[in-house]
Amino acid sequence: MSKRKSKETSSVNGECISQVQRILRERFCHQCPNGKLFGVQLQYKHLLELLKRTTIHGESNSALIIGPRGSGKTMLLNHVLKELMEAKQVRENLMQVHLNGLLQTNDKIALKEITRQLQMENVVGDKVFGSFAENLAFLLEALKKGDRDSSCPVLFILDEFDLFVHHKNQTLLYNLFDISQSAQTPVTVIGLTCRQDILELLEKRVKSRFSHRQIYLMNSFDFKQYLRIFKEQLYLPAEFLYKPFTQKWNKNVQSLSEDRTVQDVLQNHFHCSKDLRSLHMLLMLALSSITVSHPFMTGSDLLEASKSCRMDSKANIVHGLSVLEICLIIAMKHLNDVYEGEPFNFQMVYNEFQKFIQRKAHSMYNFEKPVVMKAFEHLLQLELIKPIEGLCVRAQREYLLMKLLLDNNQIMDALQVYPNCPTDVKQWATSSLSWL
Amino acid sequence: MPNFEHPEYPEATLLHLESMVPCRETQVSSLLSIFGERQHFSFPSIFIYGHTSSGKTYVMQTLLETLELPHVFVNCVECFTSRLLLEEILTQLQSLSSENKHGSHVPCDTFNDFVRLFKQEIITQDLQNQTVYIVLDKAEQLREMEANVLPGFLRLQEMTDRNVTVIFLSEIVWELFRPNTGCLEPFTLYFPDYSIGHLQKILSHYHPPEYSADFYAAYINILLGVFYTVCRDLKELRHLAALNFTKYCEPVVRGEANERDTRRLWKNIESHLKKAMQTVYLREISSSQWEKIQQDDGEPGHLKGLSAHAHVELPYYSKFLLIAAYLASYNPARTDKRFFLKHHGKIKKTNFLKKHEKTSNHLLGPKPFPLDRLLAILYSIVDNKVAPTANIFSQITSLVTLQLLTLVGHDDQLDGPKYKCTVSLDFIRAIARTVNFDIIKYLYDFL
Repeated sequence: MSKRKSKETSSVNGECISQVQRILRERFCHQCPNGKLFGVQLQYKHLLELLKRTTIHGESNSALIIGPRGSGKTMLLNHVLKELMEAKQVRENLMQVHLNGLLQTNDKIALKEITRQLQMENVVGDKVFGSFAENLAFLLEALKKGDRDSSCPVLFILDEFDLFVHHKNQTLLYNLFDISQSAQTPVTVIGLTCRQDILELLEKRVKSRFSHRQIYLMNSFDFKQYLRIFKEQLYLPAEFLYKPFTQKWNKNVQSLSEDRTVQDVLQNHFHCSKDLRSLHMLLMLALSSITVSHPFMTGSDLLEASKSCRMDSKANIVHGLSVLEICLIIAMKHLNDVYEGEPFNFQMVYNEFQKFIQRKAHSMYNFEKPVVMKAFEHLLQLELIKPIEGLCVRAQREYLLMKLLLDNNQIMDALQVYPNCPTDVKQWATSSLSWL
Repeated sequence: MPNFEHPEYPEATLLHLESMVPCRETQVSSLLSIFGERQHFSFPSIFIYGHTSSGKTYVMQTLLETLELPHVFVNCVECFTSRLLLEEILTQLQSLSSENKHGSHVPCDTFNDFVRLFKQEIITQDLQNQTVYIVLDKAEQLREMEANVLPGFLRLQEMTDRNVTVIFLSEIVWELFRPNTGCLEPFTLYFPDYSIGHLQKILSHYHPPEYSADFYAAYINILLGVFYTVCRDLKELRHLAALNFTKYCEPVVRGEANERDTRRLWKNIESHLKKAMQTVYLREISSSQWEKIQQDDGEPGHLKGLSAHAHVELPYYSKFLLIAAYLASYNPARTDKRFFLKHHGKIKKTNFLKKHEKTSNHLLGPKPFPLDRLLAILYSIVDNKVAPTANIFSQITSLVTLQLLTLVGHDDQLDGPKYKCTVSLDFIRAIARTVNFDIIKYLYDFL
């Protein structure tokens, strides 16, 4: 009897854990628009007002949403659009065109995409237009449906706005802003960008047509709010099927947020990057260790996740080098110390290495020059050293000037953890040049 | 009892998976936990980095194929332009459905079309409720393509609004990939290098069936002892192990020693391995040549790699031209008076002898010199009178063709051609010895 009961509870748990994973993964990785917004109420109201004026009152507008990467610009916009679409009038009339600077890399592609999204391919057919402006005007004119005397409002959303600025003559931007200023069709242009100096990149004629309305999302919350956001992100929604589990889970989250270790981990994370996207990555990593046998998140999960998020990748690469390559790096470090960071070439490094072998080494065999050259080229391939002017064919490989892309602290830290490092190599690394 | 536990996949599959990925269990289990169940979302992009042959490609392929997850595997060195890359991904995506094993070619010019076609493919193939994995191997080549390719792939999940995860495999760390204005940061996973114990375990796995595992393990031990300080690349070590095993077994085959006689086996193989380091390891001779030499039982001393060829047979005046060129490249012009004139008068000692170790010309490389200086030095070092005939000039040109000298600058210079000597010190000493010329006496760096 008890066996069957425990089997039932475990199967319930298996399904339950699967659902928990599904919901939380969608929240962290996919940024579904059902999530909550934090700390951007003012900006939300501003944007909603703006869009309502276009869709309901028929005004044309333009605005730029500016904020660093991961601060929630797209999420804000999606939330506003969702609330807007709840009104029936808007849902039936509003036309949206979503453009992305990464996808539409020049104006021709952008125009085709606009035509496609407005579903005007049949209307345009094979017509050839003289200029971009004529084409766009034709499209907007054609949006007048049947007996209506006014066009439907159109919303242009330009993601990665700073990439559109690099198109030839900024034609697309000029025309869009021009229409938003002059035409009868209510058109709103919303740009999203991460560059704060975006206005300097706009041409004068484009800038003058822009309304200079900017909405800033600056991650302006402090650590207490950050803790609250952490809790809210981990809570399971009230509609979740398995009610007793939800209660236990949420209680666990509450106790986590009061735990000292967890607060330290979050504090460290907060100091590195405040934005929500990195918090999501941390939570997602901690979430991946939740299984049936480990159904509640613990402080050590978060600690592990934090460690793997913040590993020094170059130190990891140095860990895997062979002893000969480590010796070459130490030789380069000494050259940098003596000559204050001036570029070096292979011949100089080999010279230093020879000095070490002749005077101090007991465990290192005196390798032939081509073997040392192969080790040097491996370092070049891993991009731990880089030539100053790019690889040119004319110069001999041994005399090409390079610089080292590691600094002394990284090298010394990596040597501490290097497995089976011969002692004379370690001593050579730490020695000053007084023995020279 | 397998190490991996996953609610989704049967135990037998996981056990099979574990047997195929020795020494990589931690990485596979973290990947399994990140992937989650088939229909769950995962990170939009994952960046896996680690040394050469640390198993990234192998583990990824084995994992995706064993668990039968829908995936597309593309090598960015093969598909080196964005068009080739995008078309390859779409073609492979088409062939994921069972009826159509070989997808027809899908033309795709731009990333915009790619996103559109990708969305269509996912719908037509009913892959909507499973995560599709796109694996890009040798991802460092993506930096050479157009600027929107890398940020585009990082955001593919968001742009297509589908359940897709892009996995990048590379040797180079993520900091060297990051675009200037930032991007969606991927989750970075490190594949650690194999420790010496791991290498031993994996290499001993490939032992030929005729010999015992212990015998082969002892051989691998010796091999690692010689090569481990120089090279940790699993593929290279495997290659070397395969090539040299027959030589190692020779004493046993000939009956001179039995399998446990380690000292004799070691003596036999040691010089052979050291020779291998100078030749086969450097790819100076091919592996078939190496095997032939082993079979002929030739003395290892006769073996020379390409770069060990110390001299080329040159005519008399060419040798002196080369020596003169070497002197002109590595001696500063102001010291010519001291070396090449009979009566050079008094030279201020302090100014002359001031040398810093760093500015030793042998460390900085050869300097260019004009033709006149070369001829002047030539006349002074050759005993008998040399006339500047066309013969001499044609010998200079043939030295340039042999790449012992290089022409510096443009072909038609107003001042006359400038050259640089590109031979090493050992080479020039060998040549100078054949004409009884003591070159060290004439070099400024060895004063």
